[in-house]
Amino acid sequence: MIEERFDAIVVGAGMAGNAAALTMAKRGLKVLQLERGEYPGSKNVQGAIFYADMMEKLIPEFREEAPLERHLVEQRFWMMDDRSHVGMHYRSDDFNEERPNRYTIIRAQFDKWFSSKVREAGATVLCETTVTELVRDDHERIVGVRTDRRDGEIHADVVVLAEGVNGLLGTRAGLRSRPTPDKVALAVKEMHFLPRETIEARFNLKGDEGVVIEAAGTISRGMTGMGFIYANKECISLGIGCLVADFQRTGQTPYGMLDHFKQHPSVAPLIAGSEVKEYAAHLIPEGGYKAIPQLYGEGWVVVGDAAQLNNAIHREGSNLAMTSGRIAAEAIAQVKSRREPMSTKNLSLYKKMLDESFVIKDLKKYKDMPTLMHTHSQNFFLTYPQLISKALQNFVRVDGTPKVEKEKATLKSFVKARSWTGLFGDACRFARAWR
Amino acid sequence: MNVEPSVRVEDKLYYNRYLVDVGHPHVTVREHTTPSPQLLALLKVCPARCYELNDNGQVEITVDGCIECGTCRVIAEPTGDIKWSHPRGGYGVLFKFG
Ligand SMILES: Cc1cc2nc3c(=O)[nH]c(=O)nc-3n(C[C@H](O)[C@H](O)[C@H](O)COP(=O)(O)OP(=O)(O)OC[C@H]3O[C@@H](n4cnc5c(N)ncnc54)[C@H](O)[C@@H]3O)c2cc1C
Ligand code: SF4
Repeated sequence: MIEERFDAIVVGAGMAGNAAALTMAKRGLKVLQLERGEYPGSKNVQGAIFYADMMEKLIPEFREEAPLERHLVEQRFWMMDDRSHVGMHYRSDDFNEERPNRYTIIRAQFDKWFSSKVREAGATVLCETTVTELVRDDHERIVGVRTDRRDGEIHADVVVLAEGVNGLLGTRAGLRSRPTPDKVALAVKEMHFLPRETIEARFNLKGDEGVVIEAAGTISRGMTGMGFIYANKECISLGIGCLVADFQRTGQTPYGMLDHFKQHPSVAPLIAGSEVKEYAAHLIPEGGYKAIPQLYGEGWVVVGDAAQLNNAIHREGSNLAMTSGRIAAEAIAQVKSRREPMSTKNLSLYKKMLDESFVIKDLKKYKDMPTLMHTHSQNFFLTYPQLISKALQNFVRVDGTPKVEKEKATLKSFVKARSWTGLFGDACRFARAWR
Repeated sequence: MNVEPSVRVEDKLYYNRYLVDVGHPHVTVREHTTPSPQLLALLKVCPARCYELNDNGQVEITVDGCIECGTCRVIAEPTGDIKWSHPRGGYGVLFKFG
């Protein structure tokens, strides 16, 4: 057993763990952070859109040194059927600002940098160390962790579980249940390298400007899913994800869907001639507010993806991870400064502070969305995209059909596919879940 | 619509870096005579195609190409069909980009 005792042990060096370790180390706590990867980031997968605001709260001057890719000046939403896409693009020169709001990043590189800041703040970071178990005392309090190193038991006043979506330790210790197939999505992703100038020409960018595309529709073959295409400096991140339950039900393969997406006539020209340098897969928490487990207890808190804090509608996760990590750390530092024990009662401060933040407020707003998308996936991801594409094609194609007849035909196709009550019901359900 | 473009997962995995922990597989399949529906689902859903049917119709796993997503755990750990852990520290997939 390692004799040294710590104020806090943080499991995981992803966004949540790094935010927590940094915040506690800055407040003078004695922090040990354990990461199973060869280096922080070597196990982590993200699109990745990165939100500046949440990082500024941790490292205000991060823009000067962090490995950022492009600042986003444009967002595209594509609704796709097999041969076309209907798009909404928002681009503004306002995003070419001194302190841009969103960037693309490459997680393995970013996490490594973030971790260097954690070390600078005074935390001890130990990589290549898998935590295998949480250690309890006779009173069922969590008092430390066991690792796969020899003499691997280490003690601390509090353990911060920042172990990501799989939450293996939390499950093994009975603190939470295992994620279920209807509450997590499996995403697969490739990194496509191209010369910088080619990317800038294809996406209409200059300098470090960036653009991201979010895509939905028949690409997910009637399953609840989304595709994404994000421009980095010299590569394009491209991926697609669907609920695990849907994969299980349909027998579709994730790599088959990915390649189908890549071959779509709207996508193929963007990546033509690229060199693929990595293929990755990862789960994403999709259960929303209703899937959040117990967040604290005797000697422990859980943060980030491990707490299922992920906003699937807005594709935000890293910022919820950073924020929950920081808030948990602040709560722990407060308890510590009062010289009180890390008890369930005292650590409930974390939940209280989190409830007041955007993290829980946003998840609460969309609490009914995951179920709606899942139970009506055929309509939202297959039928509507096809109908809308058909309607627009009908609108733009000039073929001598009188406009009145064209409009009638469009309306008829909608009613035929979904019926009046179906259309009305979908609209109401959607509005209610969005509210 | 259901015709898959010919996708070779092995080619995709070839891009990745791994440090294989020889003799210590982090995921194992319980011995069985006839595979459960959960095990059969893994043949398709595993993004690294680690699961294969052997000549006797049983599901086997080779973890070398595993990208550690956890999908098989979500599907087949509850039924006891598989045992799932993280690889030992430092082993497994090493993402350069992630
Ligand atoms: C394809 C994809 C695209 C995404 N796109 C976006 C996006 O554009 N924007 C966004 O904000 N979010 C996005 N997300 C979500 C985002 O990636 C996550 O919300 C975020 O990474 C969560 O951070 P975390 O620190 O909680 O978990 P992770 O980043 O997963 O970190 C967990 C860490 O714990 C370590 N660990 C786990 N178990 C152990 C153990 N037993 N012992 C030691 N170490 C352990 C892991 O190695 C890892 O480093 C995306 C996710 C995916 C999969
Ligand atoms: S963790 Fe993912 S990649 Fe590894 S065997 Fe399971 S499903 Fe396949």
